[in-house]
Order: sequence, then structure tokens, then C-alpha cells
Amino acid sequence: MIDSFNHPTPCAVWRQDGGETILEISGDWKRDGPAVTVTGTMPDHFPTRYQASKLGNYDSRLPAFLLSIIRSITQPADKKDKQVPALDGLPESLRGLLALALALPEENGNQKTHYHSSEIRKLGKVTLEIGESIRSLLDFTGQTVLSLARFFTGKARFRPADFWMVLQQCGVQALPIVSLISFLIGVILAFVGNVQLTNFGANLFVADLVGIAMVREMGVVMTAIIMSGRTSAAFAALIGSMKANEEIDALRTFGFSPFDFLVLPRFLALVLMMPILTVYANVVGILGGMLVGAMVGIPPVLYWTETLQAVDLTTASLGVIKSVFFGAAIAISGCMQGMNAGNSSAAVGEATTRAVVASITIVIVLDSAFAAIFTLLDI
Amino acid sequence: MAVKIKVNDLTMAYGSLVVMHDLNFEIHDKEILVIMGGSGCGKSTLLRHLIGLQEPTKGSISYEGKDFTATDPTERGSFIKRFGVMYQSGALWSSLTLGENISMPLEESGKIPAEIVRDLVSYKLSLVGLSGYEDYYPAQISGGMKKRAGIARAMALDPDILFLDEPGAGLDPLSSRRLDDLILRLRDSQGSTIVIVTHELASIFNIADKALFLDPATHTQGALGNPADLRDHSDNPAVRLFLNRGELPKSPP
Repeated sequence: MIDSFNHPTPCAVWRQDGGETILEISGDWKRDGPAVTVTGTMPDHFPTRYQASKLGNYDSRLPAFLLSIIRSITQPADKKDKQVPALDGLPESLRGLLALALALPEENGNQKTHYHSSEIRKLGKVTLEIGESIRSLLDFTGQTVLSLARFFTGKARFRPADFWMVLQQCGVQALPIVSLISFLIGVILAFVGNVQLTNFGANLFVADLVGIAMVREMGVVMTAIIMSGRTSAAFAALIGSMKANEEIDALRTFGFSPFDFLVLPRFLALVLMMPILTVYANVVGILGGMLVGAMVGIPPVLYWTETLQAVDLTTASLGVIKSVFFGAAIAISGCMQGMNAGNSSAAVGEATTRAVVASITIVIVLDSAFAAIFTLLDI
Repeated sequence: MAVKIKVNDLTMAYGSLVVMHDLNFEIHDKEILVIMGGSGCGKSTLLRHLIGLQEPTKGSISYEGKDFTATDPTERGSFIKRFGVMYQSGALWSSLTLGENISMPLEESGKIPAEIVRDLVSYKLSLVGLSGYEDYYPAQISGGMKKRAGIARAMALDPDILFLDEPGAGLDPLSSRRLDDLILRLRDSQGSTIVIVTHELASIFNIADKALFLDPATHTQGALGNPADLRDHSDNPAVRLFLNRGELPKSPP
């Protein structure tokens, strides 16, 4: 049989000859060649010998085919009566390769079992995973609290240099992005507010709108989201890499608590810096609103006076109070994903993604809870 | 010699996957034990069990007669402080220089004057042929140098028991021979008990008092004994095959 490219089609023919089972192979066996034609009935035992006189050129496709046949015969056979497959009749080089491939038995039980999973099974699995995530979060939070207790009782050990470095990373180095985003949020609020309030001849109240929105919600939430994307991801990546590189194991074997060394300085730094960044974001956002106010005819002095009248100390403190909790949540989320990361570079990437998603989700959930609490308290 | 480490019916598993079961062996004081076996057979997992980073599914590990696996965290901490561990990758703390990697355990272990810490760091780095590399970060040195620095850090506190995970892998022949020499001298001068995971046949025959072969086919302890005796007389063909690869030093007459 000749194909369109003049390559003889690979053929495998099972035949019986005087009590012997012979597998006759012929044609060219190439990876990019035509499909194999198998004729005859495959026996339940190994071929007694092979007939390869009409075999043309071949690459790995032929030994792969023969190995799959040998394996398929081996699997259902009685393991107590193992036969060694004969390779007689095959070219010498092919016999060597097959002997090497068959030298060690196929490990049973290591293959993953693929089975159809029902919807109820999937639902149960997801429910168990959610339960496990909550348990893991509570466990990690508890360990962080214990670590804090050790810190306040002077028993926690970590390098002060690490703390100052993290403080710089999540403080000063975050200022440019916090400035830009807060300024633009202030500008956007002022533009949108001005369009609506001008209809009522009350565009001066743009200052009230921007001031209250920034100090109560937008300043702290935007800062938290920036820190989730920036700092939480950095915490997860750094701690995850350390875990993959066995550096955390090395800390344990020297008797250092990984919590005190890695989580505590990051937790403290972020809890300290979040309120400061939030106040800064509030001020920058109000300045953005003031710029738009000046463009639409509200003098800056008047805008400032109106802002001070609208934003009292209670309102201003709400965002700052929330920022402490958001900072704690972001730090815990980032560090937890890093500590729970797998031992590969891909796992570090996954941990980073999970840290950002979890941080933003927790921030929004906490903010909703705070909104409900402040409403109940009539603040 | 007194028994330093005793492993009783140890079974190690990841979930339902049993890595090794029913391991039983003893390591005596000042003895060098080599754990050997094919890739993925559980050598590093056994090491992690010995240093308390993983809990056995069954069985126990005792140090000087005290069941390590049944200790509370405080008691376990006092055991672990006597260990020096070198991990497969070196596991140096990447944000610290080589000098700081070695000085941190020294500084945290008690009030040691800064000049003594500096001298100790310099001495430990010199032992592994890294003199003058105190201010280098792990990212600035090669893989083999990281391993050597990892060994220097493992020796920082003059540990009672030293665990080394494939210390010779990736080292040039000269560094490898130097490392063997260092291990023997550490045992002789400090009286350390040393547990090494390695594939390096030359090292096994040079330094091991005793070799433990983990058999991946049966997931059990394939053999335990003097490496030369195992090579020449082991009943287990897998052990003889493993130890007879390549050109080996002949056992002494």
C-alpha cells in the first residue's frame, strides 16, 4: 500500500503460523506519516516473534506502538505469572530501545483516575473548599494574634531592619500611585457632582460631595484596593518564593518562628501605614476636587471653607478607623497566601493572584459591614 | 557507642500515597549515615521527618531515647536547636548576605559580641571555600556556592547532629572531595552525628559508616549496613545494582 507521498503505509498484521503468534510489521513508521493499518485478531498473549522483513524507515512511532501493544497485553494478565515479551525478529536497535522501556515495570496506582464528577459531587467539593478556606483564614488570623501578643510581651523575635524596609515599601514607595489615583478620584467626583448640582444652582456643594465621599469612603477604599494590588501581592510573592526555596523551613530549623519573622513585621507595617496613607489620599482627593472647583468658578478659599463645614471630625475619622482593619485584612491575606503557597514557581504566581483577589474581596465585604454598622449607629 | 537516633516502624505518607513504610534503623553517636536510593523514593521526605518538618503517619523517631515525635512545641524547639540542616537548594535567606545568613542564627542564639560573630562567620565560610564572600547576596553566587554557603550556615551553631540534603550534587569534583573531607573532620573534631542524603557513590564509600537504602519498588528499607559490605554481600539485588554503578573504590581487604 503506497500513500500519496510514496511512503509505504505502516501496517501491523497478526497471524498464526504453526502455533506461533507472529506480528508482521511493514511500511514506513513516521510520526507525520499515515495512520497505521492493523489487521488480524490481537491475541491475549505476547507475540512469539515479529516479522520485520518489509519494514521501511521508522522513528519513535514504531517502538511507541509496540510498547502500547505490550502494555495492553500485560495489564489484564495475571500478575503472578508474568511473562517477558519476546522481541525476536525486530531490528537490533529497536530491540535495545524496547528492552530499555520494558526494564522497569509500569507503576500501578500512580496514574490519575479520571472519572465523571456529578454536579452534586462538585457542589460538595466547592462547599468543603470554602469551609477549608474559612478555617484556614481563622487559623492564620489566630496565629497572627498570638504573634502580636508575643510582640507586645517582648517575646517576638524579628529583624528591625525587615520592619523598616517593609514600612518603606508599603508607605513612602506607595505614595506616587496613591497620589495619582486619589487625585483623579477627587477630580472625577467633582466633575460628576458639578454637572448635576449646577442644574439646581448649587455647584458650591461639590465641595461637600467630594469632601464627604473622599473621607468616608473613596479615600480609604481606593487606598485599600491599591495596597491589595501592590502590597498584598508583593507579600504573597515574597513569602511564597521563600517557601518554594525552603527558606521558611530553614527558619523553623533554626528555631525562628516564621510568623514572627515574616508575618509580624508586614502586619505591623501595613496597619501603621494604612491610616497615614488614607489621610494623605483624602487630602489629595479634596485637592483634586478643589482644582475642578476652581475651573468651574468656585474660589479655592470658599471651596476649602465649605469642605471644613461639611466634614466634621466624626466623618473624617470613619475612613481612618476602617483603614486600620483594611490594613490588617490585606496583610493577613497576602501573608497567608504566601505561607500556603505550593513549592513551585507556578504556585507562587497562583498565590499572588489569590492574594489580590482575596484582599479586594475582604476589603469590600468589610466596607459593607462598616456601612451597615455606621447606619445602625446613625453616624 | 550510644544510640543517638532511633527510628521505629516509621511510615511516611502524603495523604493516601505511602512513600515508605516500616523503616527501622539506629544511628549511633558520631556516626555518619548516608540515606540513598533512586530519585523520588523518599530520601528527602525521610530527612524532613527526622528534623520534625513532617509528622509520621505511623511510628516514632527518638533522639537519645526521647520520643521526638511525641514532644510538645517547646520541647521540640530545644531539640531542633541542636540540629544543623542544609537543604537541597541551599535555602539561603535571599534578602540577607552570606555573612548575615550565618550571623543571624549566631546573634539570635545568645549574646555573642559582634567581633566574635564576625570571626565565626569568616571561619565557617573559609571551611567551605567561600572566604571573602561575606557581603555577597545569594542571587550573586552560583548554585554550587549556594550549597556550600548552606553548609556553612548549617554549621553555624556547631550542631550536635548535622543533616545534609544532597550536599555534593552540582559541586565540581574538587569541591566535592573537599566537602567529604570537611564532613569527616566535623565528625572527628566536633563529635557531630551526621545524616546525609546523597547519590554520590564516591562520597558514600569515602565517608559513610552506615548506608540506608530506600527501595522504591517495595517502598521499604531495602538494606542497612556498611556501604562496601552492602555492595559485595547484600541480599537485595537492587542495592548491589545501585552501589555497583560506575567505577567504585574496592572494599578494603
